[in-house]
Amino acid sequence: MNDGKSGGARTVLRLDRLTKRFGTLLANDAISLELAEGEIVALLGENGAGKTTLMNILFGHYMADEGTVEAFGRPLPPGDPRAALDAGVGMVHQHFTLADSMTVMENIALGTQPPWKWRLDRRAVRRRIRQLTEDFGLTVDPDKTIASLSVGERQRVEILKALYRDARILILDEPTAVLTPGETEALFRTLKMLVAKGLSILFISHKLGEVMAVSDRVIVLRTGRLVGERQTAKTSRAELAELMVGREIPPPRVSPAMPGMPRLVLDNVSTTAGAGLSPLDGVSLSLHAGEITGLAGVSGNGQAALAALISGMQPPVRGTVLIGGRPVKAWSTRAALAHGIGRIPEDRHAVGSIADMSVVENVIAEAYRTPRFSRFGFLDWKAARAFAQKIIGDYDVKCPSPDMRIRLLSGGNMQKLILGRALDPEPEIILASQPTRGLDVGAVAYVHERLLEARARGAAILLISEDLDEILTLSDRIIVISKGKLSTPSRRGERTVRELGELMAGHGVAGEELAHAS
Amino acid sequence: MRLEPIPSRSLVRTFGWPAGAVLATVVFASLLVLTAGASPFNVFALVAKGAAGSRFALFETLTRATPLIFTGLAVAVAFRARLWNIGAEGQLYVGAVVTVVLGTGALPLPAAILIPLVMLAVAAAGALLLLGPATLKTRFGVDEVVTTLLLNFIVILFVSMLLEGVLKDPMGLGWPQSERVVAEAQLPRLARGMRLHFGFVLALAAALATWVVMKKTAFGYEMRAVGHNAEAARFAGIPVNRVLMKTALLSGGLAALAGFSEVAGLKGNLTLDLSPGFGYSGIVVAMLAMLNPLGVVAAAIFVAGIFVGADAMSRTAAVPSYIADVLVATALLTMVTAIMLTRYRVRWR
Repeated sequence: MNDGKSGGARTVLRLDRLTKRFGTLLANDAISLELAEGEIVALLGENGAGKTTLMNILFGHYMADEGTVEAFGRPLPPGDPRAALDAGVGMVHQHFTLADSMTVMENIALGTQPPWKWRLDRRAVRRRIRQLTEDFGLTVDPDKTIASLSVGERQRVEILKALYRDARILILDEPTAVLTPGETEALFRTLKMLVAKGLSILFISHKLGEVMAVSDRVIVLRTGRLVGERQTAKTSRAELAELMVGREIPPPRVSPAMPGMPRLVLDNVSTTAGAGLSPLDGVSLSLHAGEITGLAGVSGNGQAALAALISGMQPPVRGTVLIGGRPVKAWSTRAALAHGIGRIPEDRHAVGSIADMSVVENVIAEAYRTPRFSRFGFLDWKAARAFAQKIIGDYDVKCPSPDMRIRLLSGGNMQKLILGRALDPEPEIILASQPTRGLDVGAVAYVHERLLEARARGAAILLISEDLDEILTLSDRIIVISKGKLSTPSRRGERTVRELGELMAGHGVAGEELAHAS
Repeated sequence: MRLEPIPSRSLVRTFGWPAGAVLATVVFASLLVLTAGASPFNVFALVAKGAAGSRFALFETLTRATPLIFTGLAVAVAFRARLWNIGAEGQLYVGAVVTVVLGTGALPLPAAILIPLVMLAVAAAGALLLLGPATLKTRFGVDEVVTTLLLNFIVILFVSMLLEGVLKDPMGLGWPQSERVVAEAQLPRLARGMRLHFGFVLALAAALATWVVMKKTAFGYEMRAVGHNAEAARFAGIPVNRVLMKTALLSGGLAALAGFSEVAGLKGNLTLDLSPGFGYSGIVVAMLAMLNPLGVVAAAIFVAGIFVGADAMSRTAAVPSYIADVLVATALLTMVTAIMLTRYRVRWR
């Protein structure tokens, strides 16, 4: 279909020694890269490696301190967000920028109309969209509203939007984060077709499997520097991982589980819709001692609601929560803590920590009322500091002083502190909600190790993650959540990735829909 | 335009910006004084002299600072928990009403018992007044800025009704004023011939106590946690609504004590001009103090000094004392900006 590596292909995008500093931080250090016509190049790197900064320079949101950007042989003026678009560079963001209540057609045409034309020429737009969908196999009904589309379809609309604006270079930022495995495959087919028609694609990711599957060439960034460039066909996952992290990361060793009695049981529990939360309707679930239960699912299918329920943020309106076999009456965050649930929240910035309070104050947030830290209503700051020091030491947190505001810690260190706060009391039940989202590979390995340790000492763990690889690696049992409903659990290895993907997409495993879909 | 937090602040930054704020205030005020046709140096010297130029001036300033310390503390604790109590003015008047109801002879008790008792009742009344808006906020999400602000007008009209009715002094020659509080309910003067009274000592004690609560107790910790991030506080098991209610009680109680101290220490009776906006000035004081209870004392003395000094100045120079309002307002704006600039760096684009 496309060889991409033929040296004769025209260079369409050239970044030349781009350098960007933020204070003392060197976000991009003389990065040069070229993108040829008809080629998929993967930009691989951990969070904080400088991928986003590079794209922000390309799209004129930041001004580079040094270096130039050239598209189709012509330099782009720095600091002008329109320049890249006008030059034919389109971006598909990780978080979609679509108006939910408008139709596909309206979304695509939005912003392309000259201001003196106040009416949309629907026929022309429709013709154009039909042409694009036929050419590139991006089937989507132009008259449906965005709200009625699946996530995969929405992404197609984003791509169409870029193509409609005559983009010849597409930049996709972590495009698979919100997709099921099936949708991911479909996206890859689309991308291959686009490059076959002469477009060029820059694919930003930190997932090795996808990079190997879709790209022709891989460029690896680490701490702002370009550390390696490989032809995909001539490299391996292991080599890329090492380049990305700078050292070898051994995969976590998962010993066979020895599940014990159920520690937390949800019996037919329903919740009402809360702030930004979908309701749960009759959910049943049991978490066993010494076992990690993985909850797989595409983002926004009720994971947040389930996490809110178990963490005590959202009380049940029907059904029973049983802990250690006994039903719990009043359910609140305090009750959850009192019943020994260690909780790692999904959003460590907004929910897990209080940004403008110190490390000490954050670390005692769940335990300040206990006799360990307070007497007659007065806090024992000495004990609190000692506890903070202990967490910093035990959980390998890099932080110059426990009196520092937690806002100034990096994401990984903040997560380690939250992990320490939740796991130090050795809770019997652990709720880990997206515990590694946005962390670098080293921190991810650390979090996994700690969760496995907790399992080994007999904790019942619910791991909620949108990263299927993470679920597959760690879980002894896997449950899929789709539209607020839970699948029956399956043991490790019992279901294939494909079957899990079908469940995530909301199809029954053995039902007709599956047959239809495949 | 973006704000980037500065990890470690330099000394230059920490003191440079606030110094710049003072300078900016002085320059701006000088321009106004010039337009009024007077010499800025002369006017500022007169203000400084009127505020602290003599023992009498200094004591007057401290007298004026006393209610401001109470209302400043009330605002500081409430704002710390992000409970926007704009109602200190109303709470002050409720405190004053309770003082005259209990202090004009209804309770025949010696001073050592009567004064603490009245203070307790006053604080309770102010606390209860703020409990309403706090309940509406936590239960139904009603904006407390609106409710506390409007409650001020209700309270003041209510006081007016009382002063024309049941609380009206029969010997008052028809003026809308209450009877005077009995000697046992009055706070002693701190020095012969001066108006400074024991209320100032109480205000200092209140500031110290509030500081201890904020820094050392679990409740103070809860207040700060709720104020910085209520969602994270709730996640950590802090009962956010209960904390807000307790904060309301503390804040309302402190503001009401300002009314008590003015009646029992200074004026002796309740009139409708008891407070020239002490409740609102309390907001300025609290903001200048960056919500720090001990800072409130300094900020209150500063604001009181400008008002007292400007009054003295306007008697000799031909510049209206309204310059004090401008000075205080400008100082607040520049100082708040300066404090932000010590913590954040502004980046354009």
